[in-house]
Amino acid sequence: MSVDTKSILIKPIFANNPIGLQILGVCSALAVTTSLNVALVMCVALTVVTAFSNFFISCVRNYMPNSIRIIVQMTIIASLVIAVDLILQAFAYAISKQLSVFVGLIITNCIVMGRAEAFAMKNPPVLSFLDGIGNGLGYSVVLIIVGTIRELFGSGSLLGIQILPLTSNGGWYQANGLMLLAPSAFFIIGFLIWALRSLRMEQVEKDEFRIAAHTVAEASH
Amino acid sequence: MSSKDSVGGTLKVALLLCVVCSIFISSAAVILRPLQEANKMLDRNKNILAAAGMYDPALTPEEEVAELFAQFTPRIVDLDAGEFLDESRLNALAIDPATYDQRSVQTEPEFSDSLSGEEDIAGLKRRVRYATVYIVNDANGEIMDIVVPISGYGLWGTMYGYLALEGDGNTVKGIGYYDQKETPGLGGEVTNPRWKAQWPGKEVYDASGDVALSVVKGGGQGVHQVDGLSGASLTSRGVDNMIEFWMGPMGFGPFLKNLTNN
Repeated sequence: MSVDTKSILIKPIFANNPIGLQILGVCSALAVTTSLNVALVMCVALTVVTAFSNFFISCVRNYMPNSIRIIVQMTIIASLVIAVDLILQAFAYAISKQLSVFVGLIITNCIVMGRAEAFAMKNPPVLSFLDGIGNGLGYSVVLIIVGTIRELFGSGSLLGIQILPLTSNGGWYQANGLMLLAPSAFFIIGFLIWALRSLRMEQVEKDEFRIAAHTVAEASH
Repeated sequence: MSSKDSVGGTLKVALLLCVVCSIFISSAAVILRPLQEANKMLDRNKNILAAAGMYDPALTPEEEVAELFAQFTPRIVDLDAGEFLDESRLNALAIDPATYDQRSVQTEPEFSDSLSGEEDIAGLKRRVRYATVYIVNDANGEIMDIVVPISGYGLWGTMYGYLALEGDGNTVKGIGYYDQKETPGLGGEVTNPRWKAQWPGKEVYDASGDVALSVVKGGGQGVHQVDGLSGASLTSRGVDNMIEFWMGPMGFGPFLKNLTNN
């Protein structure tokens, strides 16, 4: 594996994380992370869709008329997402019921669209495929962290296995209900971004403006 | 302008893409359909068994579900008349008891009636005319279990579940919700086994034949009372209302009376 392909695969995980740095795909990260199990399936679904949509879009990139570029990309992505949804319903029914509309909403996930437009349109198929896998992994890392925290503190379990015995079942752990609601994911993702940017200062954005020094009061004296 | 960007080129690409994608999706849909239908059935059967207390997701292996469910006979009940639909009426209505899905015909005028505000205590808006009940007979042909579908509005949306009764059509055997959107940790506790454990043994009707089973705040000691969920008054009220509706004259009340009188 050359340095180039390796960096395409690894970079999106921490250095250029789609959720952490680009702040894309946050909607689904809130919705599917109440349990780790569901989050994992969503990770796989998104990674597969991003990788294959990148691959197919890159294959046809030289034949794509510019005027209907986005529509062509959307059609390819939508077809893949529908196929993933059908497969989940056939082989993982219980989880597909929990994911409900969020599988369908991968179509509008900015990560998929963003990678298609930013990478696959300019690069050959195999590299695009790897880029899709890489970005899917970046998304997955965040989802797995958020899902672990939310399920552990919200339901006292991990992957459905009870770890902290709940008071409602006679144990000692008082479940944190906030963790099961969407706002908690905002907090956790916020903290993750903070941690990531403290470790990698280069990810901190430059100030858009600086407040100017206060000069009027001095002049009036 | 290159040829791919001309009008003809654009149309050609668009057409080709549509054909390829639609063939891809339709074949996926056709190939996977039988598996999906089987999953849906299995899921429904599990819910029915769970309500009757015969299935525990942690203990019962998947393979046994079909065997356990084979004890149940699905029958279609005409809710207004309170009796089973016979063969000829089933054929006339094109209903197959094994696959009839009352949730999908809930809004169809031929299969449901709208409810007036006064009748509609469970917040359903419309009520189906025909409902599936699942019956278990013992070796002598006596009815042992009756599982009926129940539904009603909770706090955030309609809750769907099953209520299992014993052969007397009065003693509760169990309750289970399989589709609800209540607040996790509060109303969502309708699926908590500890809460559901209160239900078996309760009785639906009082001596005069009225629905007496209710969800109350605090206590729930009597044979007609179930303790509500703490922090979820509206969900508890929803459960209470749907029991009153589905066990009452608009629901399975007439059917259960006919069944136990015979």
